[in-house]
Amino acid sequence: MTGPKIIFFVLAATIIVFSILSISSRKILRAAIFLLFVLVAMAGLYYMMNFQFLAAVQLMLYAGGIVVLIIFSILLTSQIDSKLSSPKQSHLLAGAVTAVGGIVLASVTILQYVFKPGVEPAEGTDMRTIGLYLMDTQVHGYALPFEVISILLLAALVGSIFIAQKKNL
Amino acid sequence: MNLQSEIPLHYMLVLSTIVFFVGLMGVIIRRNLITMLMGIELMLNAVNINFVAFNHYLYPNRLEGHFFALIIMAIAAAEAAIAIALIINIYRRFATVSVDDVDELKY
Amino acid sequence: MNYSFTLIILLLPLITFFSLGLLGDRLKGQLAGVAGTTALFIITTLSYYTAYLYFTTSNSETGFSSIEPFNILWLSFTDSLQIHLGILLDPLSVMMLVVITTVSLMVHIYSLGYMKGEKGFQRYYAFLSLFTFSMLGLVVATNIFQMYIFWELVGVSSYLLIGFYYERPSAVAASKKAFIVTRFADLGFLIGILILSFNTNTFDFSILTSLDGPVIASSTGALFMGISVTTWAMILIFMGGAGKSAMFPLHIWLPDAMEGPTPVSALIHAATMVVAGVYLVARLFPIYSFASPDALEVIMYVGSFTSLFAAVIACTQLDIKRVLAFSTLSQIGYMMVALGVSGYGGEAGVGYMASLFHLFTHAFFKALLFLGAGSVIHAVHSNLMTDMGGLRKHMPITHLTFLIACLTIAGIPPLSGFFSKDEILVAAFEHNKLIFAVQWLVAGITAFYMFRLYFNIFWSHTPAYHHTPHESPITMTGPLMFLALASIFAGFVPFHELVTSDGKAFHTEFHWMIAAPSILIAIAGIGVAAFLYYKKNTRPENIAIRLSGVYTAAFRKFYIDELYLFITHKVIFNLISRPVAWFDRHVVDATMNFIGDTTVFFSGAIKKMQSGHMQVYIWFFASGVLLLTLIMMMNHV
Repeated sequence: MTGPKIIFFVLAATIIVFSILSISSRKILRAAIFLLFVLVAMAGLYYMMNFQFLAAVQLMLYAGGIVVLIIFSILLTSQIDSKLSSPKQSHLLAGAVTAVGGIVLASVTILQYVFKPGVEPAEGTDMRTIGLYLMDTQVHGYALPFEVISILLLAALVGSIFIAQKKNL
Repeated sequence: MNLQSEIPLHYMLVLSTIVFFVGLMGVIIRRNLITMLMGIELMLNAVNINFVAFNHYLYPNRLEGHFFALIIMAIAAAEAAIAIALIINIYRRFATVSVDDVDELKY
Repeated sequence: MNYSFTLIILLLPLITFFSLGLLGDRLKGQLAGVAGTTALFIITTLSYYTAYLYFTTSNSETGFSSIEPFNILWLSFTDSLQIHLGILLDPLSVMMLVVITTVSLMVHIYSLGYMKGEKGFQRYYAFLSLFTFSMLGLVVATNIFQMYIFWELVGVSSYLLIGFYYERPSAVAASKKAFIVTRFADLGFLIGILILSFNTNTFDFSILTSLDGPVIASSTGALFMGISVTTWAMILIFMGGAGKSAMFPLHIWLPDAMEGPTPVSALIHAATMVVAGVYLVARLFPIYSFASPDALEVIMYVGSFTSLFAAVIACTQLDIKRVLAFSTLSQIGYMMVALGVSGYGGEAGVGYMASLFHLFTHAFFKALLFLGAGSVIHAVHSNLMTDMGGLRKHMPITHLTFLIACLTIAGIPPLSGFFSKDEILVAAFEHNKLIFAVQWLVAGITAFYMFRLYFNIFWSHTPAYHHTPHESPITMTGPLMFLALASIFAGFVPFHELVTSDGKAFHTEFHWMIAAPSILIAIAGIGVAAFLYYKKNTRPENIAIRLSGVYTAAFRKFYIDELYLFITHKVIFNLISRPVAWFDRHVVDATMNFIGDTTVFFSGAIKKMQSGHMQVYIWFFASGVLLLTLIMMMNHV
């Protein structure tokens, strides 16, 4: 049992346990916090795989942005103290069947496939490389998605303000 | 550090699968709109793990998976923002965020 | 000789029908009637001219030739099934042209007086023109299908005219009865036509009846149930003729058809339409004579029975129009008998000639009788004999013409009826003595009931009239006088030179052996009628009581109508119609309803999928994807 393996199993266990808890918790704030733990553990996983920038972005965006947003909306819309209603039996059954079936199906497929590992030497994942790629307009550059995503974010910004505004504006 | 020797790829993939379907189940089971949103976020994150794992194990010389995951995160953020805005609007209209009461598009 | 002008004879009544039908409402007063009468006067003149031209020019070694001024292809289904429309001129059709147009003209003039002031005056004349057109088209038909078309048209015109007083339920019922009975008979007619033309691939009369044509020359055809196919076809065709000519047992519509106006009865149900059956048999006579003589036997027996049957019933009826209707039945029976006993060619064809001669004379005197009865009804406002009497003082012209007609039908020489009836008796005597005896007896009965009618109307006792009956106007008595003259002189037309079975003239002589007994029995009949009815007395009632069973049966027309009602209601409706209706309602409709209900049920079940709940949609989406993946994995395993 080497170090990475232990860390991986801890992180994986965290992720799985807390995700299940998140979806089954009766108290809404607790569900949000459990989600937060899942997201943080995932950041840890990215860090293990050498994607430091991505881990940082994950923490900032998800943990620091989206979960905060969720908690805000919880505060704005529902009573924090009251318990959430339990799911309908039919939905529970249907969801369980679908989930378990899906997991089994996907796992069987994955485990049967022999992946060929890549043999080229690893690219660097430091900021400089990422920045260069992000501005690259050649074949493997990501300038176009970068621009597109910025427009998307603008649209989302304007849209969410418009949707959520009070009527008499 | 290169994980190829220590942790096989399919561990990651199975983990990603489990998280995805747990998120899906959350979407189907939960009756509160916000908790449904949480399930959707779980699904998106599971997919992110998938991309990143493939990138790291199969194509270490490229960064496609990395950037894909980055873009997905940006999109998830935008989508969550809009979703919250919609939820606020629904709350103002129906005074509830239970999904059972938001079914006016039925037959 | 250019006979193209004969097209006007056909087209003018049709144009009149359309004009009067469409514009009639706007014509004031009697204008519609005058228009119709004028049109008819024109075509009567043209028919006389045609007859004169034809009979003086078309004679030849082989007899009178058939001329077809027109024969146009109208519908062509395949090479072998083609329907032509045209005009055929031969002695038979030219004679019929004269008869139809003359009687129709008389009826048109008469109706100017009779129907004056009636509601629907224009409609009446329009229908009369339609009828004239249809009947003329029927007699000049070049092929049997054209004849069938006009046959049906004549039936329609009859329906329209019988039901003229459509607000009377009895008239409506009578018109329906006439149409349905004749339509039923036409079913047999159509099947007969189809059988006949199937083997020969033609409808044309000239081919069908030619002596070396496909029908007659090769008359050794297939047998069906012991009778040759041709005979079946001819019997079925006769069934159509029997319906139109009201032979037993399809006679039930004719007495009821008296619900129509009296001039209509004169035109249609005495002189022209009801002889269409006789015309049909005469037209197809070569086939009957050579290829299916058995059918001729059937015709003979049916005709003879009908004439006896109708004569007996006529002795008891009180409605004067009903008496005349049964008289018509009886006389048509005579015509059918004459055809049935006839041979072909020369002397043997005397029956054919006699039948058509009787048709010719009967048209005139029967029309005269009906129009005279109409005159009486118009004066007395009642149809029943019991309301009439002693009218000879009040209506001299009607009286005289009616008397002439009664003498004619009784067969007193030298009136026309004597000659034509005598020829029939001669033909019957040559062929079948039993039939001769029956027809001789019927002649006596005919004289009896006709003079019973005459005495009851014009002699007997005078009942108390509401207002004194007066003679009819000249528009009504004019035709009566003309027809009386025709009845007197028509007997002198040399039919044996003009209309014969093979077109050639033959020599006839006077058979005193046959003529004398017929005159004697006619005088006997008149005498008995005078004895009973000349002055009002109780002798008729005593006889009626003595023969009460027979009398009641005859008065009730031998219960044939009740029998028909029984068959249709109890047998057909209950045994056939009801189960079929049940099947239609409970099986066919139920199946349709079942399909509909199933669709509704399934849609009700499926529409729950559109529940509006997003989670359900997501679940469907996800599970669908998983299912597809599973299926694809199964396929590749």
